[in-house]
Amino acid sequence: MANAREVKQRIKSVKNISQVTRALQAVSASKVRKAIEQMEDTRPYSVKAWQVLQHIAGQPGRSSLHPLLIQRPEVKQIIAIVISSDRGLAGAYNANITRTVDDWAVSLSTPVKYITVGKRGRDQLLWRGRDILAEFSGLPGRPSYVDIAPIGQLAVDQFLAGEADEVFLIYTQFVNRMVHKPVVKKLLPLETDPESRVKKFADEESHSGGYIFEPDQQSLLDAIIPRFTVLQVFHAVIESQASEHSARMVAMKNATDNATDLADALQLEYNKARQQAITNEMLDIAGGAEATNTK
Amino acid sequence: MPIRCEIVSQDRIVFEDDVDMVILPGAMGEMGILPGHAPLLSSLKMGVIRVKRGDQEEVFTATGGFVEVQPDIVTVMADAAENIDEIDEERAQKAMERAEKLLEEYSGADTENYLQIQAALRRSNLRLKAVSQFRKRGQRSRPPGMGRSE
Repeated sequence: MANAREVKQRIKSVKNISQVTRALQAVSASKVRKAIEQMEDTRPYSVKAWQVLQHIAGQPGRSSLHPLLIQRPEVKQIIAIVISSDRGLAGAYNANITRTVDDWAVSLSTPVKYITVGKRGRDQLLWRGRDILAEFSGLPGRPSYVDIAPIGQLAVDQFLAGEADEVFLIYTQFVNRMVHKPVVKKLLPLETDPESRVKKFADEESHSGGYIFEPDQQSLLDAIIPRFTVLQVFHAVIESQASEHSARMVAMKNATDNATDLADALQLEYNKARQQAITNEMLDIAGGAEATNTK
Repeated sequence: MPIRCEIVSQDRIVFEDDVDMVILPGAMGEMGILPGHAPLLSSLKMGVIRVKRGDQEEVFTATGGFVEVQPDIVTVMADAAENIDEIDEERAQKAMERAEKLLEEYSGADTENYLQIQAALRRSNLRLKAVSQFRKRGQRSRPPGMGRSE
């Protein structure tokens, strides 16, 4: 009988866990929806902004245009902005980001300082003994540009001050609800992406003078470039959040499914144990009756 | 040959299509962009964006931003933009009155707040003006002074 009782207790605890994971799944599901909404709202603008930055970077005589476009002859210090989440239970989400950081950092001989967003990534990088310049955590659920701007601004300022010669952005790209891709993107100095249509424009040379700037080159670029760069960080955070929530939702759905399967299997075991106990009892009674009869 | 026109604001795509001409409130004054324009990068003032397609015209209000022109595409990145058909005239009117009242009664040293109210007033003025000038289709004459912020 003890066996059946043990199994029953396990069933109970498994069901409790599945209740928790199911609740978390429901919460994440609604968060995913909001995060995706926000991401889709802000995506067109930041994609365009990135394109414009790339176009500017593809200009002839680019390095004289703006300090943020200048390639340093020697890269002595790199800054990486790593975006993770504050909370766990999101499947492989945070592990993927830290693994991406590891893979990326292994190939570098240059010292790297990290700006972390999210407690999980910070803890992981600390544990690995990496050099952390700044950390941001406890971001609001639906961050506004103003909430995120200091993160990107810090990187831009460090770059301009000569504290870093390159800035990378490591975050999770949201492909769809099931697929989230950790990516490493070079933020500064701005470069043209060889795959994009920018190249075509640069090759055409029919407008060899490059852009006409209004009101004037300096004030316009000073307004656009830092702002659009910071915007990229903002969008990376938004995409990462959408990825985080949907990763959590998927993880919790799997956990709930597993718990249900386990509870079913245990139920079967419990039934067997119970039947066994009854059979044993019957045998005992039958044996006892026989013993009295034969007397 | 048409030119692609994309107007995005910080929270959505406002307009996206092939058009014949785009008229923008540039930093140095109003400018018309035709297909094949030289590459140009400009900031935008608060004002009205007009997009022409055949004999049709669509009108948008924009509260500042940037524009990038390539020979085959005009990309407008506005801080906020809307089609004038989406403007709620009554609401804009009320917003204007409210802002005017707040400004009149304003006292204190909080400059940021003051600037915010002023900006709100300018926005509602822009909307109302754009609606009164452009919503009646058919009138195509260009009144002086449009597309410029106060």
